[in-house]
Amino acid sequence: MFRNQYDSDVTVWSPQGRLHQVEYAMEAVKLGSATVGLKNRQYAVLIALKRAVSELSAYQKKIIPIDEHIGISISGLTADARMLSRFMRTECLNHKYSHDAPMPVGRLIGLVGNKMQICTQRYDKRPLGVGLLVAGYDDQGPHIYQTCPSANFFDCRAMAIGARSQSARTYLEKHLSSFLDCDLQELVAHGLRALRDTLPNEVDLNTKNVSIAIVGPKTPLRIADEEELTRLLALVEGEERRGGSASATGDAGAPADRDRDAPGDDPQPAVAMDTE
Amino acid sequence: MAFMGDMMNPAPLWQNGPAPGAFYNFPANSSGFGPSTRPVQEFKAHSATPITTTTTVIGVKFDKGCVIAADTLGSYGTLARFRDCPRIMKVNDLILLGNGGDYADYQYLKDIIEQKIIDEQCIGDGLLLKPRSLHCWLTRVLYNKRSKMDPLWSNYVVAGIQDGEPFLGAVDKLGTAYEDAAIATGLGAYMATPLVREAVDKGNLDEEGAKALVRKCMEVLFYRDARAFQRYQLGVVTSAGVRIEDLAELKHDWSLAHMIHMK
Repeated sequence: MFRNQYDSDVTVWSPQGRLHQVEYAMEAVKLGSATVGLKNRQYAVLIALKRAVSELSAYQKKIIPIDEHIGISISGLTADARMLSRFMRTECLNHKYSHDAPMPVGRLIGLVGNKMQICTQRYDKRPLGVGLLVAGYDDQGPHIYQTCPSANFFDCRAMAIGARSQSARTYLEKHLSSFLDCDLQELVAHGLRALRDTLPNEVDLNTKNVSIAIVGPKTPLRIADEEELTRLLALVEGEERRGGSASATGDAGAPADRDRDAPGDDPQPAVAMDTE
Repeated sequence: MAFMGDMMNPAPLWQNGPAPGAFYNFPANSSGFGPSTRPVQEFKAHSATPITTTTTVIGVKFDKGCVIAADTLGSYGTLARFRDCPRIMKVNDLILLGNGGDYADYQYLKDIIEQKIIDEQCIGDGLLLKPRSLHCWLTRVLYNKRSKMDPLWSNYVVAGIQDGEPFLGAVDKLGTAYEDAAIATGLGAYMATPLVREAVDKGNLDEEGAKALVRKCMEVLFYRDARAFQRYQLGVVTSAGVRIEDLAELKHDWSLAHMIHMK
């Protein structure tokens, strides 16, 4: 039943000082499809890969607008993400009502972190099985934050989470220094190349399975419509896969092989559970 | 067995005690669980009248900031009771706050605002509360209190720098809020507002001009408002920061009273 004797509930420590239930919750994030967030000096961008549960269904929404200046992209349990997004929306509205100003992104993340921590410390609760990438713009400029089921959160220059996202992170790390000074189009192109690196060879990005959100100064959060999506996808169309256009990476297999969370093919959860 | 009540609604275990399976409301504990036998709200006028009161606050916007001023008298009705009631406060490096009305209500809210600023500093993200946010927050607090039929008997003047631009706003005890380039509360609303508006409408008001204008208004009010006092605080907020000047004192000028001849 259990993988070991120290994972019976979240409050149980293993002798190595680990909380196994929390670590299992971290695995849920890796079951969702990949999503990438990155920023330059002005804009923060979220790019997400959408999955359809079946041929008959529509693609599952991955990017949730929170406020005029904040959007999140999710990976893991959608239901948990919807709960969190409702909380974030409420906090943003309350802040706007009482202070007549948009919620500072860092403070919102602090609240989310506190909320997520509570259920990692109580035996009658479970950690949330969702990771978020939060893109926001406030007085301190653009932000990309990552949150985890472990209730950790990180202020990032660029980040990718979800299935096979190690390939995307490898791309982002490689081009990290160029993000800050590039323009919005290049930024989106970098994000798309990073996201494409998470795809299996026979799949490519298209307007159906990609979702893009942009936020910046005097640019309220905008989720690209089909027309804009087509235009943005054209930026990376026809480019060589793996490693992007910038240079030849040599052995293209290397980044994918390092993908810890997806050994081999696209991971399919063995359990019958909505893990989008 | 009728004295035990029926199965669904068991009788209390003793007189006024808990019923089996129900919470017990201890006597004199208002925050109990379960249905209360008291009426929904016991209407009571908490602060229908202010006790220790202060009078006018004046605020003026100039090209690079704002000036506000208020005297330091706390009155018991018409009695000039307390002579050192400062009521201009520095909130943070962007905001000056002035108050007129019930002094106890001001002290109450001042403590809350100071704690709000400490909490913000503890977050440590370098963000500062902005004047428009404080103005909005005060509006919500004061309106909420008046809606409970228990108003905080105060007028507030918020002066500050909002994203590099001067900001001046007022809130009254009912939660009525507005922004203006010239604000005076209390009796000053009747006597200082015309003077300040006239100068502001002419335009080109600089810091020195605004300070001179406010000092003139404080003098007029001292002569005309029976609740005013000769000692007053004057604060200036610009993008360089907030400065509250040392107490100024008006000199009596009896030459104005030319009909009175002193031996």
